[in-house]
Order: sequence, then structure tokens, then C-alpha cells
Amino acid sequence: MTEPMRHVDIETMPREKLEALQSERLKWQVKRMYENVECFRNRMDEAGLSPKDIHGVEDLHKLPFSYKSDLRDYYPYGLFAVPLTDINRIHASSGTTGKRIVVGYTKKDLDNWADCLVRMLKAIGIDKSDVIHIAYGYGLFTGGLGVHCGAEKLGATVIPISTGNTSLQIQTLVDLKATVLCCTPSYALYLGEEIERQGLKDQICLKMGIFGAEPWTEEMRKQIEAKLGIKAYDIYGLSEIMGPGVGCECEAQAGMHVWEDHFIPEIIDPETCEVLPKGSVGELVFTTITKEGFPLIRYRTRDICQLNYEKCECGRTHVRMRKPQGRYDDMIIIRGVNVFPSQVEEVLLKVSEGNITPNYQIVVGRENNIDTLEVNVEMSEELFADDVKSIERIERTITENLRSMLGIGAKVNLVNPKSITRSEGKAVRVIDNRHLV
Amino acid sequence: MIIKQLSVFVENKKGRLLSIVEILAENDIDISSLSIADTADFGVLRLIVDKPNEAKAALKEAGIVVKITDVVAVVMEDAPGGVAAALRVVYDNDIDVEYMYAAIGKTTGKALMVLRPSDLEKAEEVLTKAGFGAVNPGDIYRI
Ligand SMILES: [Zn+2]
Repeated sequence: MTEPMRHVDIETMPREKLEALQSERLKWQVKRMYENVECFRNRMDEAGLSPKDIHGVEDLHKLPFSYKSDLRDYYPYGLFAVPLTDINRIHASSGTTGKRIVVGYTKKDLDNWADCLVRMLKAIGIDKSDVIHIAYGYGLFTGGLGVHCGAEKLGATVIPISTGNTSLQIQTLVDLKATVLCCTPSYALYLGEEIERQGLKDQICLKMGIFGAEPWTEEMRKQIEAKLGIKAYDIYGLSEIMGPGVGCECEAQAGMHVWEDHFIPEIIDPETCEVLPKGSVGELVFTTITKEGFPLIRYRTRDICQLNYEKCECGRTHVRMRKPQGRYDDMIIIRGVNVFPSQVEEVLLKVSEGNITPNYQIVVGRENNIDTLEVNVEMSEELFADDVKSIERIERTITENLRSMLGIGAKVNLVNPKSITRSEGKAVRVIDNRHLV
Repeated sequence: MIIKQLSVFVENKKGRLLSIVEILAENDIDISSLSIADTADFGVLRLIVDKPNEAKAALKEAGIVVKITDVVAVVMEDAPGGVAAALRVVYDNDIDVEYMYAAIGKTTGKALMVLRPSDLEKAEEVLTKAGFGAVNPGDIYRI
């Protein structure tokens, strides 16, 4: 059942050899970026560095960082390392905040991207006999086309259905007998519920799913696997670095392999910017060592992550990243404890027992110099009961689970549906009334 | 008689109760009985109205969580010992009462109660047999 690897020599390459390969590629990348990308050249000059100072991966930590804001400051083409004539495709993302960003790929970049995905698809046992239903958004977003090109390169049967129209999605799953589902995890959960509700579960041929493009939890994985009767695999990506497939799970489901012959990940302390010892939790940073069109050196993802360099049971030597545990930008410090909205979400998902996770809002305040934490949870028909006792029980369960998840106490308020402040359709997750800055 | 009761979630904010009854008034819904169970953090408002389905739709439309719950309406003599006699029937048949409250009827000389028993059908059956079940629907819903 285990598929042969796409490139056994590369995927199982001993670390020493892998690092030698990375060193060569890093030197090549630094040199050409110094010549072609003004922003990078200026930062190197400011740091008193020349490409000659970079002898290999051991010198990576000397190189200047790059940031999301660079993509906005040099919009649209300022960070490209090749002339537009060599750019084969453009992708863009609006992001949740601010101006949109644009990235570009050469023919070779697109080939490498598809190749990364072929490696992943094979690593979870997908082959050309599979029918892949791709319900990621197509278009400027990297999700749809990214997975699409990999699946095509593998030779599988691809259904480019894109997002939306749930009844059509379900009809298509039934009629065309897809074996693999690709979409966001929340949509997978929703599809699973709808399929269950319509009593169509036995008409679905899905074996597995590849889910990403938004944060999700182990709890959600269990729910998706149970509802759809499949194995759910995690995929990580960001358009700045490539798109989906920067990291992806193998059959072991024990962390996402990062293809280190293309990308070098680092974990740094976001405050001191120092590289942290192997296995530490910190900010995930990526360097693209083969990208031609839109390369980045030491790109700060703001994702909180951990890297595992141990050899995987699948035989691959490439490092595995843990599912990001949140984003530094979302983190709030309450009474000295780091709190992430994703932790609150995980608790609520558990309490809602497979129903849609209730909307919530974290309200932080300060009384008599002590931080206060309140979590407003929108009441729903599913959570509501006619007797006070069962509502109190829900309230208590949320409170207790929050305490064990966060390590600090929170006051839970049950509020009316749709009463939580929304901004452009999205619920505002955190309100900090402390005005510390 | 088994009747339909509205159970409404009331968040702990000033004016919430008022806004609920105002929505009902705007939709021309007549409340015949009501009771509220509350904690420090929230409340559950229970209502008997003339048009339960319309009332539910109107409240839902306004973003309020509401459910329709079946309860038993009991009619008894409006005299000392009336409530005790009805409750004795329930307990003698091993049925628990989750909550109960007085309702307002139109017939004089009779008192009305709304009861949420652990076993709805059984409670209705034993109460009817004991003569507490002959509620006139028009009376309780005040149609
Ligand atoms: Zn593996």
C-alpha cells in the first residue's frame, strides 16, 4: 500500500548531505538576490555583509530578515528577482489586514511547487488511480491551483470544483466518486455534517482528505475523520514562500515534512531574534533556496511553531514542523500568561460536540492593576436547553476547560447570537481594554 | 393537556426582558402566563402565548435563542389544597417535576398551573384520570 517515494534519494538524504546541498543553494540564492533585489542588497549593505561572507547554512543566521510588510512596501514587483518576461504566473492574497500582496513564479518555480505536492500526495498513499476533489478556492489564491498542479503532475484524476455551492459539492462527491477531498478543515466539517444529515455517507467514496489554509486543531481532525470516515492530513503553506505544500504530513500523521532541499526553516525568538536550539518553540522563519521568481531570505512567518529533526517512521529525513500553535500577532499576554484565540476556539469546539463552534470574543481588562479575562460565547439553539441546570453545566464546562487550557481563570458570559462585534463579516476575536501602550 | 411553551434565553444585560416582550407586542402576540428562572449570569424565560410558532419566528428573527417545549397544563379548584392535590397525583406516580408556575385562566373558580414533568405523557395521563386535565385550550392560550 505504501507508495514509492517521488525521489527516494532526496527524501531520505542523510542530514549531512542535505546540509551540503542547502549550502550550495543558499550561496547561489544570496548571490543572485544581492544582484537583483534592491531591498535585499540594501539590507546586506547595512549589515556590512557581502554574498562572499556566506559560506553555507552555518552562516544563515547572519543574514537579514524579511517581513510581510516588505511585500506591501515593494508592491507589486519590487521583490521579484527576475524580469517579468521570465514570470510564468502571478498569485496574490488580500490577507486579513491591509493591502494585498503579489508573488510570482517562473516556469521552474511552478515545476518545483508541483513536485513538492507530488511528494506529499505519494507520502500519504495517493496515486494516479485516485480521484481528487479540489474545493480550495481557485484564482489568485494559491490553494486551488497549487494543489491542482501537483495532483495533475501525479497523474491523478482532478476535479477542480473550487469553493461554494455545497449541494453541488455533495452531488459531485457522490456522482464522480472522489477518493480524496481537498478543502479547508472547517468546510470539511460542514460537508461532513451535511452529508450525514442527508443520509449520504454510504454513497461517499472518500478515503482521505488534505486540509489546510486555516488553523485547525487535533480535535477537529478527530471530528472530520469520524464524520467523513476518512484519514485527515494536514498541509501547511503560505503564498509568500510558495503556497500549499511548504509543509505536509506523511502517513505517520506526526508533523509536517518541510522539503528542505527547497526551503530552510528556522525557529527564532521573536523578541531577541536569536536562533533557538533545536526542538524549541518559537517563530517559524523560512528561506527559499531554489525559488527564482520571488525568493525570500529568512522570512518571518509570525507563526508559533516547533521543528522535529528526528528521522520519521516513514523513512524521510526532512524536518517535520508541528502544526503552528498560533500567531504571534494574535497572542495576548494576560497576567503574564500567553493566551491565543485558537486555544479558546479549541475548548469551544469540544463543548459544542460536533455542532458548529459557537462564536466567541475575548475581552481583556484591568481592575486594580490585575488583568481580567472574560470570554463571551454566543448562545445557540444547539447549546440552549429549557432548564437552567444544563445551561449552567455548559457554562461550567467551558470555564473549567478554559482554566486547564490557558492556565488562568476566565469569566464566561453567554450572550445572544450575532451580538459579538463583527468587522467586515468576521467576528472581532479580541478586545483589549487595558490600553497598555 | 399538553401545551406548547416558549423557552427563551435571556442574557444578563439590562433591558433584555423588556426587548423580548416588546418584540412579542409588536407582533401582536398575547402572553397569557410567564415565569423566569435565573442565575447570576443568565435567565430562561418561559412563556405561554396565543401563537407559539409565530412568536418563535419573531424572536428568532430578532436574534434571540428560543425553543418550543411541551409542558402540561393542569386545572384545579381555586381553593386551599388545590395545588397540593394535583402535585400529589404526580408524585404518587413517581414523576418528578422540573419546574412549575401559575397560569392565568379565564374561568372563575378554577386555577391553572403549568408543569414540566420528567415524563410528559405519563403525567398528562394520570392528571387527566384524576380530573386535573380538563383545560379548555381557549382558556389557557386565551384565544
Ligand atoms: Zn514522515
